[in-house]
Amino acid sequence: MAAPKRIKLNVDGKPYSVTADPEMPLLYALRNDIGLDNPHFGCGLAQCGACTVHVDGAATRSCSFTVGQAEGKKVVTLAGLGTPEKPHPLQKAYVDEQVPQCGYCVNGWIMTAAELLKKNPKADDKQIREGLAGLKCRCGTHMSIIRAVKRAAKEMAS
Amino acid sequence: MTKMISIEDFAFSRRKLLQGAGALVVSAAAPAVAAKKARAATAAFGSAVKPALKPDQLDSFIAITADGKVTAFFGKMDMGQGVDVAISQIVAEELDVKYERVTSILGDTQTSVNQGGASGSTAVQNGGKAMRAIAAEARRVLVEEAAKRLGASVGDLVVDDGVVSVKGNAAKKISYADILQGRYFNHKLKWNKRYGNGLYSEGKAKPKKPSEYKVVGQSFPRTDIPGKVYGTSPMITDVRVPGMVHGRVIHPEKAGGMPKAFDASSIKHIKGARVVHEKGFIGVVANTEWDAVRASQELKVTWSDGGNPFGDQKNLYDHIRKAKVIAKKHDTKEGDVAAALKGAAKVIEAEYEWPFQSHASMGPACAIVDANPKNAVVWTGSQKPHYTAEGVAAILKIKADDVRGIWVPGPGSYGRNDAGDAAAQAALLSKAVGKPVRVQGMRHEGTAWDPKSPASIHRCRGGLDANGNVVAFEFMSKGFDRQDVRSNESKPQDNLAGQQIGAKLRPAKTFRSPEDMYNVGARLIGWEVIPPFIPRYSPLRTSHLRDPLGPQIQFASEQFHDEMAEVAGMDPAAYRLKYLKDPRDRDLVKAAVEKSGWKERVGPRKDQGGKTTVSGRGISYAYRNGTRVVVIAEVEVDKTTGRVWPRKFTVAHDCGLIINPEALKLCLEGNIVMAASRSLYEEVMFDADRVTSVDWATYPILETPDAPEVIDCVLLNRPDKPATGAGEAATRPVSGAIANAVYDATGRRLRRGPVTAERVKALVS
Repeated sequence: MAAPKRIKLNVDGKPYSVTADPEMPLLYALRNDIGLDNPHFGCGLAQCGACTVHVDGAATRSCSFTVGQAEGKKVVTLAGLGTPEKPHPLQKAYVDEQVPQCGYCVNGWIMTAAELLKKNPKADDKQIREGLAGLKCRCGTHMSIIRAVKRAAKEMAS
Repeated sequence: MTKMISIEDFAFSRRKLLQGAGALVVSAAAPAVAAKKARAATAAFGSAVKPALKPDQLDSFIAITADGKVTAFFGKMDMGQGVDVAISQIVAEELDVKYERVTSILGDTQTSVNQGGASGSTAVQNGGKAMRAIAAEARRVLVEEAAKRLGASVGDLVVDDGVVSVKGNAAKKISYADILQGRYFNHKLKWNKRYGNGLYSEGKAKPKKPSEYKVVGQSFPRTDIPGKVYGTSPMITDVRVPGMVHGRVIHPEKAGGMPKAFDASSIKHIKGARVVHEKGFIGVVANTEWDAVRASQELKVTWSDGGNPFGDQKNLYDHIRKAKVIAKKHDTKEGDVAAALKGAAKVIEAEYEWPFQSHASMGPACAIVDANPKNAVVWTGSQKPHYTAEGVAAILKIKADDVRGIWVPGPGSYGRNDAGDAAAQAALLSKAVGKPVRVQGMRHEGTAWDPKSPASIHRCRGGLDANGNVVAFEFMSKGFDRQDVRSNESKPQDNLAGQQIGAKLRPAKTFRSPEDMYNVGARLIGWEVIPPFIPRYSPLRTSHLRDPLGPQIQFASEQFHDEMAEVAGMDPAAYRLKYLKDPRDRDLVKAAVEKSGWKERVGPRKDQGGKTTVSGRGISYAYRNGTRVVVIAEVEVDKTTGRVWPRKFTVAHDCGLIINPEALKLCLEGNIVMAASRSLYEEVMFDADRVTSVDWATYPILETPDAPEVIDCVLLNRPDKPATGAGEAATRPVSGAIANAVYDATGRRLRRGPVTAERVKALVS
């Protein structure tokens, strides 16, 4: 453990300053120091995706990325990706397709898919399935997840 | 920003809740004013005073506020399939109000009676049935009052969106809100004196005929989805209580070990961290979550040696075969099976095996408890907050009525997962430190230490006569108990913390049998149960996992019916059409066969010789508490790797009256995918002294590359039949359908689940 230090963060476009062990996972800073609800602790091992945020645009498992590493970078969470008034196409598609059941895994899928579609707006079925491999959904909503990602891709292309 | 749930909420009454929701029922005026108002309103309908929260009071279930909004208070939970929407639809339907007027509030012991929580897919089947009768009674008393006020007879009145008017004279009208004026109904119901799933209350009203339904049967969207998708709805893990500290519980590396000593100095560098130790329970509490996590990882604990309680996993099924039987039952005894087998022209036998499986919910369970000397509040993601509150009371040794349970949606729940354990752990920690404590497990607690679905073997014997007719069917399961811990955590022996401080496991001594739906001659169907590996605190204790025992039993029974069909020279679908007794079941087989394009064939495919990737189809049927399902799986098997891809499922589903077709379809998809995951990948691994499935790498589940291409659902709506459950039934037949499809593709039968690539590769090579 390193000595606590003041770390400046930029989260969802807002500046924050937290005093924390720089080795602490970013997830705990987001949830407990900043007070965000949406990134979730699923495994702490980067195996499930429930804690995923964007760090400088890259989908990143915040349970396995330290708060120290996040300093000076732009962190975007699900709540910062879009709002009901200004939704990201994936969020809109998720509502339209009625995707989540328990909803605990949502951050991983939407944040990962957002990066995927940004890099490859014309991703086909196989590329979507492979691009989302490694994410977990225990409720088994995979069918509607794939439908929603395709719907969002279509909307983004139009 | 963070939603704070105030501890003062504990003092709040339902009246205050209604005010807080912007739905004023009763003025919170000073007592003298209130008394004066009450006198002035003696002629008014209902009561200004709220009757006690009991199942024999209409007000315990339904409130109509002065602005005309309707609230339904429901004692069952939603695990993400839209139970609240279905209940609101049922209530709106019977009250004759628009769906949009109704909100259902679930799962707070101070606002709803104990209707059993989420349990056995009974939200609509039992809870909805009661709410239907109660809402119909609310309409009846309101319309009778309207008749008095309008000087008309009840038969001359119509209701449109909560406004009662005289037929042909729409100007003569009064609304529900105007009748009630924010007061309580104060109307008694006939209650069957049962709590839990069996609770039923009704009045004199007769609910509507399904042919009159306007709201029921429509696909209203879920209410919770936008909050989940925009990251704005707090879940149980997001509850923050003022003064709250963080706890973690420490489990032994080796199962069966108990803490002998600990070195508090090993965490003294973590400011504010402290150890809580009571008998076999050891945990840490710290001011921040990260400090609690570190303290739990860094605290040095010496454990007693638990021995090698589990033995070698390779011997699991032999252990089951040889283990002593502590309970036994025949659920079906029809004719003389022994004689029928003796007289049969052909007898076939098979034995099937199924491992322990984990809930492995998406996140480890979380609970927050604020324990005071005489009362407590528990925030829980458990399916059964009423029972959770009882369990917290028991562990704190205070009265159940003095504990309030507040359910907040959690990280998935499919039965008795780890949520019930987290609540009791938080209670012990909160009591020890005198502060509200939040506990969330680490991943291994959601996978290695959650209650397990039991491992089992299933022995089948079948007899056929000379003409290929099935004349005998014997099916005996032998396995670990269905419930080493009960599916509700209301007693210390039913949660980990209680067991850690000394409560022993008390197996329920039950299992389950395949339902007796096939008319296959003489039948003997039953089970035997064996003792748990460890009679106390154990990571291999068993309890309910989505469709308790369904996947393992149907893996055996539905494969065995296919085995008999082949010996009889019959196509598997034709076999089911011949032997299923109930026309509703045969309709489902026909619907699935038609939708999937099933072609009759006896035995496995024989036209794929030399191919690396072979395909096959398999059919499977299940009945579950009134609901019937037929699943046809179409799989592709890569013979070099053994990978099985469940490319397509056709699901024919009959749960009687359908409340919300789109929600039903999504619920079925979830059932199918989760069951496919369990059928193909999921097996709790263990060494002699520990469970080694501790995370997603060691307990893999289905991911998108293996998700089906298509799930085709055929929903058979039967408005004339009672609505039955849909949360679990479609889970049941999937294992059998996949195994039958693998047989069709490869000509080899896998009788040990799950159908992993490794096993399939060994099977075909």
